[in-house]
Amino acid sequence: MSDPIPYRRPDPATQPPYDAPSYGSTHKRHPKQALLRVPHTLTETSAPRFDQRFYATQADMSQVGGRGALGERIIVAGRVTDEDGRPCANTMVEVWQANASGRYHHPRDQHDAPLDPNFEGRARIFTDAEGRYSFTSIKPGAYPWRNHWNAWRPIHIHFGLHGAGWAQRMITQMYFPGDPLLALDPIFNTTADEAARNRLVSTFDLEITKPEWALGYRFDIVLRGRDATPFENA
Amino acid sequence: MTPATAHQTAGPYWHMIDFPEWADLLRADGPNAGVEGDRITLTGRITDGDGAPVVDGLVEIWQAGPDGAYEAGFHGFGRCATDNDGRYRFTTLKPGPVPGLGNATQAPHITVTVFARGLMKHVVTRAYFEGEALNATDPVLTMVDDPARRATLVAKPAGAGVWTLDIVLQGEGETVFLDV
Repeated sequence: MSDPIPYRRPDPATQPPYDAPSYGSTHKRHPKQALLRVPHTLTETSAPRFDQRFYATQADMSQVGGRGALGERIIVAGRVTDEDGRPCANTMVEVWQANASGRYHHPRDQHDAPLDPNFEGRARIFTDAEGRYSFTSIKPGAYPWRNHWNAWRPIHIHFGLHGAGWAQRMITQMYFPGDPLLALDPIFNTTADEAARNRLVSTFDLEITKPEWALGYRFDIVLRGRDATPFENA
Repeated sequence: MTPATAHQTAGPYWHMIDFPEWADLLRADGPNAGVEGDRITLTGRITDGDGAPVVDGLVEIWQAGPDGAYEAGFHGFGRCATDNDGRYRFTTLKPGPVPGLGNATQAPHITVTVFARGLMKHVVTRAYFEGEALNATDPVLTMVDDPARRATLVAKPAGAGVWTLDIVLQGEGETVFLDV
């Protein structure tokens, strides 16, 4: 059997570092030893297949049992491709977020903002053959955190994706355009490359917007592509 | 070419995507119900640079089936939240040896991935099994010269079918993390 084609290594400027001094929680949690670079084997180039019989789709966070959540209803849609523009089909996308008041449906979140009984804040969707996904939600609220004095997270939605190889596994955050908190946020700003940061910011999209119903935001996601040169030459 | 989207931390409030039953890969009515093999528990504590437990970690495993094949009759994915002691715990089947590059064979191993507040990107390591003959020639284990460092990749037996692998994010006894 021939060796699997490895995934391309990222340009470090386009990804956040583990050691990010402005983000306090990294101080005691980032590895200090150099990571061990391993060649990609089947362990890294294969990935779980998520059978929708066991991982059911849930694409509407804007209501629970037909009762609408409070807040501004939104539709988020986009495409998942690899770095070479190939669509990532049938990819499981997990999404979670705070409610419109900036509070998570989570016992550890003690922010003094109201919970919404009609908002749980999680979704699971699968991309189609062209890599497209879409879900309905509520625009999340900003919330304070204790990283530094008067720190507030910009509004965001968490995304988790599994690709075709474990090396493509990623969790990220989608932000909203025009948020004044972005310039102040240590998490957003740990990534050195400005264009890479800005790709985390969704765009308002009138074509996704549904009349009399919900505003639309576009967020395209790129997973690692395959390397052109096989590792055996290295 | 558009570079891959930047990772961002999972943060402390990721538990909306925690489904505790996913920690049991052999759960009734799950994707592996009825698959035969050597039933094991993989467990351990995750600690930070102060030795404090990581109580808000999201741990995922990825493994081959007992025959050494990925996703061919065995769904090798699990997810577990760490508890207030920093402990994770999976119930699964012991994987078989996995093909490596060329003619190499990789010793049985489970990929262990940790997401958490303070980790801008997840960290990836492997759990090998102490006493496995193939460990001596495994292509990844043999890349780590220091025996003490290498030991951070090897789970220890702790009673019938129970294997322990503690994960140290930083400092003394720091786990060998893989750049994959």
